[in-house]
Amino acid sequence: MSDNIRESPSVSIVHKIERRWAIMMSAIMLILMLTVVFTGLHWAMMPPSRVETIRIASLETNSEFSESNLGSAASKDGSVIVRVLAQQYSFTPQCILLPANTPITFRATSADAIHGMLVTGTNINSMIEPGYISTFKTVFPQPAEHLMPCHEYCGTGHQAMWARVKVIERATFFEMLKRKGANGRLNCVN
Amino acid sequence: MLINKRLVLLHFWLAFASFAVALALGAWQMYVRSPLHPWIKDPEIYYRSVSAHGSTMAYVFPTLVAMALGYAVIELSLKRAIVGVKLAWVGFGAVALGFMLAVIAIGRGTASVLYTFYPPMIGSSIYYIGVVLIVVGSWIWVALMGVNLAIWKRDNPGVPVPLPMFACVASAYLWGWTAVGAAIEITFQIIPVALGWKHNIDAGLARVFYSWTLHAIVYFWLMPAYIAYYTIVPRAIGGRLYSDLMARVSFVMFLVVSMPIGIHHLFADPQVGSGFKFMHSVFTALVAIPTLLTVFTICASVEIAGRLRGGKGVMGWLKALPWGNPMMLAITFSFVMLGFGGAGGLINMSYQLDSTIHNTQWVTGHFHLIFAGAVVIMYFVIAYDLWPQITGRAIADMRLIRVQLWLWFIGIMVLTIPWHLVGIMGMPRRMAYFDYTNGEISSQALPVIVSVIGGVICLFAGLLFIFILVRAHRSTVDLVEDYTFSLPIHRTESVPSALNGFRLWLALMIGLTLFNYGYPIASLIARPDTSVPGIPIGQGH
Repeated sequence: MSDNIRESPSVSIVHKIERRWAIMMSAIMLILMLTVVFTGLHWAMMPPSRVETIRIASLETNSEFSESNLGSAASKDGSVIVRVLAQQYSFTPQCILLPANTPITFRATSADAIHGMLVTGTNINSMIEPGYISTFKTVFPQPAEHLMPCHEYCGTGHQAMWARVKVIERATFFEMLKRKGANGRLNCVN
Repeated sequence: MLINKRLVLLHFWLAFASFAVALALGAWQMYVRSPLHPWIKDPEIYYRSVSAHGSTMAYVFPTLVAMALGYAVIELSLKRAIVGVKLAWVGFGAVALGFMLAVIAIGRGTASVLYTFYPPMIGSSIYYIGVVLIVVGSWIWVALMGVNLAIWKRDNPGVPVPLPMFACVASAYLWGWTAVGAAIEITFQIIPVALGWKHNIDAGLARVFYSWTLHAIVYFWLMPAYIAYYTIVPRAIGGRLYSDLMARVSFVMFLVVSMPIGIHHLFADPQVGSGFKFMHSVFTALVAIPTLLTVFTICASVEIAGRLRGGKGVMGWLKALPWGNPMMLAITFSFVMLGFGGAGGLINMSYQLDSTIHNTQWVTGHFHLIFAGAVVIMYFVIAYDLWPQITGRAIADMRLIRVQLWLWFIGIMVLTIPWHLVGIMGMPRRMAYFDYTNGEISSQALPVIVSVIGGVICLFAGLLFIFILVRAHRSTVDLVEDYTFSLPIHRTESVPSALNGFRLWLALMIGLTLFNYGYPIASLIARPDTSVPGIPIGQGH
């Protein structure tokens, strides 16, 4: 029996079929790669970000992430910038208030361990690491409420670290912000 | 013939014993965080369990299986005794001691940092020293695999290295270099803080080092399964290996491309720029190629078995396959799970899609499907296949083995499919409990409960596996045939010298890793002010 096998399908046929498969598979992977490259460059669907660092020692007293500066603020170009500080085991603000149909820029960092955040029902998903600032942009299409859990193990209280994102009508949001004055910051509470 | 039976046996037994305990912890974790159990009073216990489960399943169990298989393959494929048996025992001792230290530290609640470490959380130094010892012990095995290959090649100039040996050495070198990333992180970043010599640590840099290990370690877990696909399955089901050369190409491809892609674990991280994330995403696509080559070669080899058994026509050979043979069942289950898991993996590797599932339960579902499913089921049949060689007794009861494999397959599918689902629904991973009464979470309760059922089935199947092995030691059937590996359809007369050794591939492996990691690491080291104080975990307990 074994002699039969050795002679019948000749070596060249075996190699030919195998080579065809290898070429086909490489072509499929190449197409997948080109899709990633195309969507990355053409639709600017690039991962975050440029690397930005922040000194953890001066974080809460004298920085972009000092307490009075956290929450949602208006940018000059009409977009909204929201600054979030993560620490064991809560986010500040604990409930983020944002307008619908408005370009939003998240800026987040950590005061202690590595944290992460995702906003349920959206593609917002980022690590938050001490010493570094995570920046990412999004738009919420309509008013809604979302959960925002920490998604990286940050210590034994990790399971309790949930925040909320409340998206409201654009006009209402900017009206509320106007009442807060020039350097106003918004969250759900005020 | 196996000469150093005790060496191989003890590696396997420590592997499987640790697996059984960690499996029970895993099933308990599934239950305790489900709606079936009230919120755990002390969540620290949950994270202690996750740390023990992960450290065992990631560092101890697969490493010992790879070591056992490597030592067995030296003797069975080169047909000579291992050179350096004493050192092999030293390596085993180091792994066992390291495991003990790590378990003690975790058990006392001083190292609930999960197996991924993630400083600035800092556990007891005993834990990290334990992990280092495990790695050092396995590095002794890496060196012994290389030395045994070199000695054999010197004695057999120009003769092709037997495929099983070639593949095992590839697996050893893969691990040797993979472990370097985490080793640097532990030795130079974490341990100095854990011992109190240093106060601060760069958490972002640590994650970059760990990502170097984190992806390729998965391929190290995979290697014994692939070695079984190529060198055991075709023989066990009465077929022939379709192509010896393509097997070698696949193994060297894993060696070269599984390392320089680890930054795809950091797509959502702020400390790596988009350029290198982009590059690693593109490189990750390459690693699918050796798997796709393997799928072809193994399916073709199985078809040969079907046709040799009289199967005719386009599909007829499928019916003629030996479906009662445990190896046939295992390879089928393994490929089904690899298919689902691989499709999920394509989603993870593309950073546009990754953002929908990063750090959700999808990811845990994914690697349990691939590792606990496609890979561990092959560990089972490797043990079943080698056990008679080790014990000198044949396993009599094939029916129980079939039941065990079926149960494991069903268990893993029931466990992981709902697990993926809740991930897409946005359920974050690594949490001790969830508030299922919350309107946004309540729809996840049912799939989580189904997952728990899968976990319980897996636990049962795992214990059955242990039972079968224990019983096989007392089997009364003495007859044991000589062990053989698969034969290719065309005898391997010669292979290109590049595919008979590793010089070129090791150079490419190291070169590509340095190229893809050099800049991100160097630029982070050069940045000032990124270090943060270490945060002690569980030291007060």
